[in-house]
Amino acid sequence: MSAQAPSANRRNAVAGYAFLAPFLLFYGVFLLYPFALGLWMSLHDWEIVGDYREYIGFLNYAELWDDPYFWEALKRTLQFAAMTAPAATLLGLVLALALQKPLRIYAALRAVFFASNIFSVTVVTLVWAMVLNPDRGLIANGLRAVGLQPIAFLADKDWAMPALMVTSLWWTAGLPMALFLAGLQQIPPEVYEAARLDKASRWAVLRHITLPALARTTLLVVVLQTVMHLQVFGQPLLMTRGGPANSTRPLVQLIYETSFRDWRSGYASAVSTVLFVLMFGVALLQFRLSRQEGE
Amino acid sequence: MNRTLTDRFILALVVAAAFVWMMPMLWVLTLSLKPNEELVRSTNGIIPWPRTLEHFATLLRVSLTPRWLLNSVVVAVGMTVSTLLLSSLAGYAFARIDFPGRRAVFLLVMAGLMVPEQAILVPLHAMFADWELHNTYFSLIAPRLAGPMGVFLMTQFFKAVPRELEEAAELDNAGRFKIFWSVMLPLSRPALTTLGIFTFLFAWNDFLWPVVTATQPEMYTLSVGLGSLQGNFAMSEGLGFLMASAVFASAPMLLLYVVFQRYIVQGIAITGGK
Repeated sequence: MSAQAPSANRRNAVAGYAFLAPFLLFYGVFLLYPFALGLWMSLHDWEIVGDYREYIGFLNYAELWDDPYFWEALKRTLQFAAMTAPAATLLGLVLALALQKPLRIYAALRAVFFASNIFSVTVVTLVWAMVLNPDRGLIANGLRAVGLQPIAFLADKDWAMPALMVTSLWWTAGLPMALFLAGLQQIPPEVYEAARLDKASRWAVLRHITLPALARTTLLVVVLQTVMHLQVFGQPLLMTRGGPANSTRPLVQLIYETSFRDWRSGYASAVSTVLFVLMFGVALLQFRLSRQEGE
Repeated sequence: MNRTLTDRFILALVVAAAFVWMMPMLWVLTLSLKPNEELVRSTNGIIPWPRTLEHFATLLRVSLTPRWLLNSVVVAVGMTVSTLLLSSLAGYAFARIDFPGRRAVFLLVMAGLMVPEQAILVPLHAMFADWELHNTYFSLIAPRLAGPMGVFLMTQFFKAVPRELEEAAELDNAGRFKIFWSVMLPLSRPALTTLGIFTFLFAWNDFLWPVVTATQPEMYTLSVGLGSLQGNFAMSEGLGFLMASAVFASAPMLLLYVVFQRYIVQGIAITGGK
């Protein structure tokens, strides 16, 4: 160890933390602290209006257990994610397979399918609320043109949820497509060359080469999509307001309404914790699955 | 022969699908260009004829939309510039400075990737209420600077830069910050572009936190403002106006998409979306 090592060490420490300080400040104040505060709040009867706060232990969680609104919202959230995530994955896969060629026309088509991803949730819901409108909507116009009765998709208990799913698919399917396209590019061309020499059919190539090679990508896409759709919020808030008859209210909307309409922040924090655990569980599952596959 | 025939059939199918995919936006564009008298009669058709710009004129004249546009620009630019600065500073430290506790701090920061925005929404609101800072640009921007994704990207990028490039500067006895600023930052333009565009897009479309913190219409961003219009307008009288708002709010993003398509797809694919 040379004589100047300690001072070099100290210089590195000063420099390192000086470079990190601005980010760590925001990270601490606006992520770590609120995360801890949220857990703390969930143990309180905490109301922003009137500054009322009282420690009540796990009573909020006990109340959750008996709250039919919570169970309904949990059910709707899981239902939405369990149907939208696989559908988006499948759609993304089909699009990627159909559009993987490097020609310009395919590039243009890829751009079209990806474009809806860049709109904000308010634009998407505004557009789709109008498309689905029973009086003057695009779909209603089409149905009338072929002599059918228009359907009030967003006001119908059986149609509202599927309508939100279609809207969300249109909004987000470009992402799984992009991920699958990246996955396809990583398959070595020699494999396909060999298959062609063997005169393997298109279907055989897809089944025995392409799909197995996409296994890892598929896992990643399913997990990302599940985590993303568990957070669904804007679509039901702006298109159905959680209705009709509470049939489309997800957890995030419940958090939003409990906290910012009813001002019960402690109780809302308890719901947030449940959502966090749910998403954490999905991510953990992915970690374990991808480890298994790597071995 | 058989193969190309199948290819053509698939292509025809996808072209048809792409047309259906674009229909909602084309239709909305058409509605936004139709005069009110025409809209009362019919909302059919996806060819913008007859056309008028009256709805866009109303939008700019009598609504708060120009103010929301300004807010969106301030928030998106502020968030993008700050994110680039904070992320590249922190990323450089993690990738290049051998300081004590580096691994532990890095893990602590990356753990933040597991915390969804919904988990901290309620406490964040309480904090800003305590400070009486809701409805400010600060409240719209600051909480979004805590996300570790940018730090992760920049760390990965700086790690991949060959050491020799800095060693030359070190021989010149340049200080750490000088090396960072005049050697590393210019090298990282591709990474900064991807991160910057992605952050801008995210900021522009951000909804959950803005709808919570911005409660005064003057402080709405375009995204929040558009959401507020949705409930307030009767479908018949405000239809053209409403559709014009949707077109107006998405036009900047579409433009950005056309110019920077490669970076946007890349950025969204790397970070896994919203």
